[in-house]
Parts: sequence; C-alpha cells; structure tokens
Amino acid sequence: MSGTLGHAAWVLRGNPVTAVAATGATLLVLLAIFAPWIAPYDPIASNVQVALRPPGAAYWAGTDQLGRDIFSRILHAARIDLAIAASAVSLSFLLGAVIGSFCGYAGGRLDRVVGRIVDVLMAFPLFVLAMAMVAALGNRVENIVIATAFINLPFYIRFARAEVNIRRDLGWVEAARACGDGHLSVVLRFLLPNVLPAMAVQISLNLGWAILNAAGLSFIGLGVTAPTPEWGIMVAEGARFITSGQWWLVAAPGLALMLTVLCFNLLGDGLRDILDPRMRT
Amino acid sequence: MTRLLEIEDLHVAFATRRGVVQAVRGVSLGLDAGETLGVVGESGSGKSVTSYAVMRLLDRAGRITAGRIRFRGQEITRLGHGELQALRGSAMSMIFQNPRAALNPIRTIGLQIADALRAHTRLGASAARARALELLRAVQIRDPEHRLDAYPHELSGGMCQRAMIAMAIACEPDLLIADEPTTGLDVTTQKVVMDLLAGITAERGMAMILITHDLGLAAQYCRRVAVMEQGKVVEQGEAAALFRAPRHRYTRRLVAASPTRRSQVWDLVAAAPPPPKPKPPRAPGAPLLLEVQNLVRRFGATTAVNDVSFTLEAGESLGLVGESGSGKSTISRLVCRLIDPTAGDIIFDGHSIAAIPARDFHRAPQRRGIQIVFQDPHDSLNPRFSAFDAIAHPLRRLEALRDGPALRARVTACAERCGLPLDLLDRFPHQLSGGQKARIGIARAIATRPRLLVLDEPTAALDVSVQAVILKLLDDLRREEGMAFLFVSHDLNVVRMMCERTIVLQQGRIVEAGPSSAIFAAPEAAYTRELLAAIPHFEPGGELAATG
Repeated sequence: MSGTLGHAAWVLRGNPVTAVAATGATLLVLLAIFAPWIAPYDPIASNVQVALRPPGAAYWAGTDQLGRDIFSRILHAARIDLAIAASAVSLSFLLGAVIGSFCGYAGGRLDRVVGRIVDVLMAFPLFVLAMAMVAALGNRVENIVIATAFINLPFYIRFARAEVNIRRDLGWVEAARACGDGHLSVVLRFLLPNVLPAMAVQISLNLGWAILNAAGLSFIGLGVTAPTPEWGIMVAEGARFITSGQWWLVAAPGLALMLTVLCFNLLGDGLRDILDPRMRT
Repeated sequence: MTRLLEIEDLHVAFATRRGVVQAVRGVSLGLDAGETLGVVGESGSGKSVTSYAVMRLLDRAGRITAGRIRFRGQEITRLGHGELQALRGSAMSMIFQNPRAALNPIRTIGLQIADALRAHTRLGASAARARALELLRAVQIRDPEHRLDAYPHELSGGMCQRAMIAMAIACEPDLLIADEPTTGLDVTTQKVVMDLLAGITAERGMAMILITHDLGLAAQYCRRVAVMEQGKVVEQGEAAALFRAPRHRYTRRLVAASPTRRSQVWDLVAAAPPPPKPKPPRAPGAPLLLEVQNLVRRFGATTAVNDVSFTLEAGESLGLVGESGSGKSTISRLVCRLIDPTAGDIIFDGHSIAAIPARDFHRAPQRRGIQIVFQDPHDSLNPRFSAFDAIAHPLRRLEALRDGPALRARVTACAERCGLPLDLLDRFPHQLSGGQKARIGIARAIATRPRLLVLDEPTAALDVSVQAVILKLLDDLRREEGMAFLFVSHDLNVVRMMCERTIVLQQGRIVEAGPSSAIFAAPEAAYTRELLAAIPHFEPGGELAATG
C-alpha cells in the first residue's frame, strides 16, 4: 500500500495539473458534505427585499429573483448533483463491470448478443434516451439516477469486456482453474479485481459527464424540481434575467458546473497515469 | 587503420522513479569492417542498451552519460537528429527481437522495404519495388513476387524476420546490429535465419553485432565474443578460446549453466550427481498412472492433436518435444483437463477423466492429483496475490484449508522445498525476480502433492543460470517426492536431461518415441535428426563445432 501511495506522490510531483484537480475535487466533495454548516443563508427561504442583488460583501454570488443567496444555493446544489452523479456512476460501474467481465471471459454467443445490444445503445443520442426514460418512469430523482446509470452502462461493459479479454488467456487464469476454481469464481475473484483499477479512470471521467447530464435534465425541467437548489435549474431560471443584465444568476451556477466537470476530467487523466503499471518503472 | 566501430568507456543511465539506474557502466568494444562480434549476457546485463546507444535509439529516460562512440572514425556520440537519420539505415541498421512487432502491420512488406530504400536513395517507386523484389530473393523468401504484396500478419515469424533482414540490408550498411534476432523462433527456423544472416554479412562484407542470451548461437556464428554482466564487459576474446577456457568467474558459471549435448542436470549447477534410487516395480494389477489413448483435438478446421497415445508410470518423466504448432501445449492442457478433447480417452490412475467436462473438472477428485507449471512465471501469477496467497490458493480450494497455522505450515513447507526465502512470501509478483516467480509457480503446483506434474516449458522465459537451478530443483523434486513429470519443451537438451523417455511431435502427430538416450544418440525419424542438427552448440572443454 505504501508503494501505491509513494507511486501516486511521484506521479503527482511530475504532474501538477493532476494535483490541482485532485485538490479541487476533494474540496468540492467536502464543501458538498458540509454545505448546511458552511452556507451563510437558507437556500430556499425567499426574501424579496434583497431580490436580484449583484455579488457583494453580504451576498458573495448575489441573490436571485426571490432574494435567495446564490452562493448558499450553489453549495446545496453541489450535494444533490454530486449524489446523483456518484450513485449513477457506481451503479453503472458495478453492473457494467460484471456484465462486461462475463462477456469478455465467455466470448461466443453471449458476447455477440450483448455486444450488439451495447452497439445499438451507443448509436442512440444518449441524452434523448435519458430524457425519454425519465419522462416514462416519472419525474423523480431516483429515475434520473437510473437513466444516467443506464446511458453510462455501455461504456463500462465495453471497457470491462476489453480488459478481461486481454487477460483471460494469461497463465494465472489457467492456473486458477488448475487450483480448483470454476469459471464463475475465476471471473469474480480473479479477473474482476484485476480490471477494476483500470476502470477507476473511467469513473472519474464519467463523473463529470454524469453531473452535466443530471444538470441538463433538470435544465429542461425533468428530474429535480424547483425550489430544490440544483445547478441545472438555477441556470434555467437565471436565463430569463440575462437580457436585463443580471448575469450572476446564470454565471455562478454555470461556473460551478464547469469547474466541477473540469476537475473530474483532469483527475481521470491523472489517475490513468497513476494506475497504469507501465508508468511504474 | 581506423576501426569500423569503437566504443570507449560507454556509460548509459536511465532516470526512473527510484532514481538514476546505471544500465551500462564503462563498456569498451571495438569492431573491424566485416567482423562478427557476439555480445552475450543475461537479462539486465546491458547488452541491448549498448546496441541501442550505438544506434542512438535510447528511449527518453535513457541518456549517454559518459564515453565515446566512433563510427568509421567519426564521433557520433553527440550527433544531431538529422545527421543520425542519414546514418541509420544506410550505414548502420538493426534487426529487432520480435519481427512481427517491429514491422508496420498495415503496410505490405514490399512497401516497407521500398520505404527503407527511398529514405536514403533517389529511387523511384517502381525501381524501389524492383530492388525490394531482389532483396526478398536475397533473403530466400519463397515466391517473392507474391510476398511483396503480403502484410506482416500473413507471414510466419521466420518469414517476418527475413523481411526485417531484407529491410536492414536494403541500403548496404557497413554495420548490422541483430538484437536477439531468433528469440521466439523455432530451432529449425533459427538455424535457417542465422545461416542466412551469416551468409549475407559475409558476402557483402558487413560487420555484425549479434546480441544473444544463447552461448551456443554466439559460439557458432561469431568470431569474437564479449560477455556482459551488470553493465560491464567482463571478458572478451576469440569465441572458441573463450568458451573452451573461460577466465572470468561469471563466464565460467554461464558456460557451465548452458545445457549441452552431454551435460547432466547436476553439471549445470556444479553439484554432485544424486545417488541412484531404484524405482520400485509397479505392483501387479496396479494401473498405470496415466494412459492417453488416441487423443484428438480440433480447433475449427485445424487438428492440433491428431491421434496421440502414450503412457506414463508413477514417478516417471516423459518429455514432449516439438516446434510451435506441434500440439505439445495442447496435449499438456488436455491432460490437465483445462480443455476438452475432441476424441480419445485419458485414463488417470485407472479412472477415465476425459468424459468429465473441463468446465466441471475443478470439482473432480482427480484435480488435486494433476497440477501444472506454466511457461511464463510472470504471467502465471495473479498480480493481486502475494506469494503466500498464490501458494495457499490450491490448498484453500482443493483441500479446504482455512487460514491458520495448518495452512501457514503447509505453505512455508512448500516454499522451503522450492528454495523460496520465507521473507518473500508477503511480496507481490512485480516485486520478485523471474527465478523467484518460477519457484512460486512450482511451489503452487506441488502444494497439493500431485502424482502427475505437467510442466509446460517451465524454463523457457528464464535466463540460463536461473534455468539451471530451476531444472535442478525440479529434478530433485521428482526423485525425492516420486512425482511423475510430463515435461513439455522446445529445448531438446533440456528434455534429454530431464526425461527418461521422449516423444517427438510434429503437426499434432507422434513422429518418434522411445528412451531419451536412444533418441538423442541415434534418432530414427528424419524430423528428429533435423531438430537435433539445428541446435546451436558449443562444446566446453572440447573442440568447437563452428561453421564460420
């Protein structure tokens, strides 16, 4: 374990961008967790007297048309957006890793059938698919999670399938069978743990994407509904005020969204370097 | 007169996470025009790095920190990119270890040879194609008109290496560097490729540096040999004299560890021969340990194993030799019941086990009795299992041992039996050397005390000095534990030493079978004779059988 940490430290030293991204992502998660204690105002209580104040000392990111503090709302929104993204990505990660591993190991007909289904899924405009799913299943947060997980699933299946395919003919897989393991336990106890680190990279890259997806769905009115603070809704509601010069209503949540996605994407690239054994010379 | 190549006190260092690693530490070598120099050494000796430094092909982490390289009297150590480009390919060129990986997979052979030509000459496309055809003829590729338009994947490994040679000699360089040019090729193909290389360099007056781990190959094809160890040249001289009377301690060990036509396993590690132990005769009525009857295995349209039958008694060792595609690895997996036979029967200790599907064989009671040691010690260990877990794995699965003192005792006993230091048990494969990993693979295979051990090229990926101790270990294990061996190998000398009986396979069929001593002394089949003749060899202490 100390070897892994040492290696991570070595990669981060030569890779300051990853270090910044990792710090940013950690900070973000901490802010989201402790939002109720950090946020200076109640994110939902309206106070029309201070409506549409520009950013200043009292309201760091300004207030919206109902006089709610935008900074507090952004912090609380981070909670829900990160929670949706994290649960959706872990769901698709777990399912995708298992399905993909079995396909990659078994090959043959199962692999071909699942492969075609995945191809068909990937040919769909994924955001439209997610919209249709939320519309059909009902406008609830769980359904956003399910829809986001579903549209991410093909990537994980493909990834796990390819990673297992590389390894399934290696000596240690045959050795496991000679040592008394059946096919099922070879996949679950041998192959899966070996492909998970490589897939962790995909998680980080996908987190950013899942956040954008959740915000996008809320932006068009699906999923999270007002008055719950959520970045997509905040941007949607604020858009009306751009023309009258109140830019901060859109800019603040938009900026939060952009920085979050950027952090996770950069972190993903760095993670690949850390986990890639070929970097370990 | 200036020499063709002069390397003076060369130092090469690689920047790694653990600091700077000195790969080459003060190498001085010289080469005259038309001369052939062999550079031999084990992995990590710096022999390849030296040649890459000459070509200035070191990767970004590597740097020449000191020393000088002069080529045709010109200092090339600090040459710029453009000047190097003009030298590479036209004045010095290189043949790489894995020909298929070194060729561009999406360009035809003809185009790649033409590329090499047109990089340094003003030939037009059709003239280059005509010249490429000539070159393919020169490297004796059959049907060169058609091969010109073939892609690398359509050619065999030997053919790819010939195409590489054609590219390397395209511009008539003065110096050819061959980095393990025949590693991974069959022994008969190796002989053809090496004879071709020797012929071409002699005919065109090219100098060649042959980098190899195989002392026999260096002895047979090089006039002079330099032996490298840990980044230094420890000894160099005339090949014949050097191998007849090695002076340096390391050379002596290397020469001793290389199997020859007469050596015995204990000779390799300079040990005393084990006391002869008469084998107890088989009790009347007791079944043979293994009986393989008319075994057939087809993969699609190809028949990998074609009507193979043999028997094995308890405690006996049987060798399976053959070149790639001979079906020897398929037989080993069939006997281990990792794959299913198409037809035929396998009878282990009186019970037919061919009918149990491979899918369910892990639950069969015979699983404990048949274990296997794999070819590549690194590939055969789960990267996420420590050495302890790897050896404990069959005990947990097949003997249902739980974590505790009993399991620990069994694992440590196996590790000790295989000469693995106990403090290494907590390490993971990437923290261990090749020899240590080989020991773990063997310890894992003998953990359940199998009666039959299948060894699939157990030393093919190891250095000769490591191979020597591993072979000795296996031989001792068989003698002392009474295990039977099914020993699969492409190395005939190793099989001769390790096995009482030998089966020679060609394209899935048995061409010759009998006691090893008889087969190696007086081979009957033409194919066996061809195989034996193709082994590069040197006779330490005797006269050298060199061709060049």
